Amino acid sequence: MASETTQPGFWARVQRASVERLHIRLESLVVLLALSTAMALLSPYFLSLSNFLNILLATSTIGVLAIAATFVIGSGGLDLSLGSVMGLAGVAGAFVAVNLGWPSVLAVIACILAGGIAGNINGQLVTRAFVPAFIVTLGMLGLARGLALVISQGRAIYGLPPEIVYIGQGRPFGIPMPVIILVVTAIVAHAVLAYTRFGRHTLALGDSEGAARAAGIRVEHHRRIIYTLSGALAGLAGLLFTARVNAGDPTAGINYELTAITAAIIGGTNLFGGRASILGTMIGALIMGVLQNGLTLLAVQSYYQQMAIGAVLILAVFIDQYQVRKESRV
Amino acid sequence: MTLLSLRGIRKSFGAVDVLHGVDLSVAAGEVVGLVGDNGAGKSTLMKTITGIYRADTGSIEFDGKDILALDPGQRRRLGIEMIYQDLSLAKQQDVASNIFLGREPTKRLFGLFPGFVDKGEMDRQAARMIERLGAHLPSINRSVGSFSGGQQQTVAIARALTFNPKLVIMDEPTAALAVREVQSVLDLIRRLRSEGIAVILISHRLNDVLSVTDRIVVLRHGRADADLVTANTNMNEVVSRIVGGGDTAAAAAHEERG
Repeated sequence: MASETTQPGFWARVQRASVERLHIRLESLVVLLALSTAMALLSPYFLSLSNFLNILLATSTIGVLAIAATFVIGSGGLDLSLGSVMGLAGVAGAFVAVNLGWPSVLAVIACILAGGIAGNINGQLVTRAFVPAFIVTLGMLGLARGLALVISQGRAIYGLPPEIVYIGQGRPFGIPMPVIILVVTAIVAHAVLAYTRFGRHTLALGDSEGAARAAGIRVEHHRRIIYTLSGALAGLAGLLFTARVNAGDPTAGINYELTAITAAIIGGTNLFGGRASILGTMIGALIMGVLQNGLTLLAVQSYYQQMAIGAVLILAVFIDQYQVRKESRV
Repeated sequence: MTLLSLRGIRKSFGAVDVLHGVDLSVAAGEVVGLVGDNGAGKSTLMKTITGIYRADTGSIEFDGKDILALDPGQRRRLGIEMIYQDLSLAKQQDVASNIFLGREPTKRLFGLFPGFVDKGEMDRQAARMIERLGAHLPSINRSVGSFSGGQQQTVAIARALTFNPKLVIMDEPTAALAVREVQSVLDLIRRLRSEGIAVILISHRLNDVLSVTDRIVVLRHGRADADLVTANTNMNEVVSRIVGGGDTAAAAAHEERG
């Protein structure tokens, strides 16, 4: 045992280097490769460029939501309203474009603004009214969904202008637009979280609120920004989804928070804050994408897919907590 | 020269009055011991100095400036640092991240985007600071939570000293340390004094307080009850001031034995 602690093994060193330099937990990469190999062996359709793009396209909405979840959970918070806010944002955008007939640019802004406002309300309530994030965002889950149904009168809003549809269905250079938007968003988010003061303060805040406060970080202000950012990203996800299905669907995004949070946790985000990486989360989102895609190719009913996601979430947290307990000195 | 001056500081939490008008002054380069029983208000008083708590009434002047309205970040920038009893470290972050938390040096990415943390510079300065404190850490890139208690304290001390403070507040810095580590903390306090840095030392270990301070302030029931010159006092007097009179010889003798 003693020699093990002084001279870490090859695997441990690679693990550490991966976490320190790339902010990725190696295990998640291994899981992604193993899962992909398994799917490739099980289904002849899995390994093809078109299916690969399919996976990325299906991952784009969840991926953007997972980025939001990463920031919030990394800061020691929680946002359960992601899926509902996404649905509300899509309806808001479609309402502006179709019912009001305003220019597409305003519809795009409406999506992100609607999400940002919902997120800001979450942040205000968490930091000023001292209601736990779990309750605030659970309440917002109901509020946003209900408002989406009210605005759309319970029906999907069809007839979006072509510019918006292009955001969801366009393929410049053969690459789906949502995939391009996800990749750009992920790169920016990764840079912000890993390399800027804002990102470092976010993780410090999730690690120890007391330490962050003592260091002079404006804790409440920072939390409000993070919840607003989370909502705005949910708004962007709503835009991508609405544009892809060419309708403002008030039921869009139901249960998406489950998948998004799972992706973030699989990617190495500490459920209790302090550790998070966007690169890791993207791998987590891809794992979820491959899982869903593979199960679909294998003609597994979607009911079972839902169960698989739930099981993966619990398993991911179990493995993470097991490792934390193993590593920590008590 | 008076560096820090508190006048009539009051602080209550709901119906509980903790501080009932505390006066306290600290000169530049002076080491002041702050002692008192549990619940006397020591930690609360210190947190009103660092700005974690806002005093209800009273005035706080630092370096000739009224700092009552400033937040903790602004007060740190003026040169007030505190080493907390619980160390207040972000345990999953590495050494440099903790030392520079809230004050990270930045650079432009590709010469274009501002606000990017200069991690290389942080690591270099952190390593230099740890070395200056004569401490040894397994690796500067490890998360602080994987270190021993003494090593974590080194990080907390390095954080307080890296930005040339004028006043360092230490809350029970020796409570959890081994004998050898206690001596190095006391040596550090003497070194800070010689460099003209003022120190407020909160400690239950009266032997430490008597050996390293210039003055001892006794906090009792939320007031500065006594202000003693260390050279002219002794264990007996300090103990009797803390407990408020009565037969304290036995208690003092117990403390004396350490």
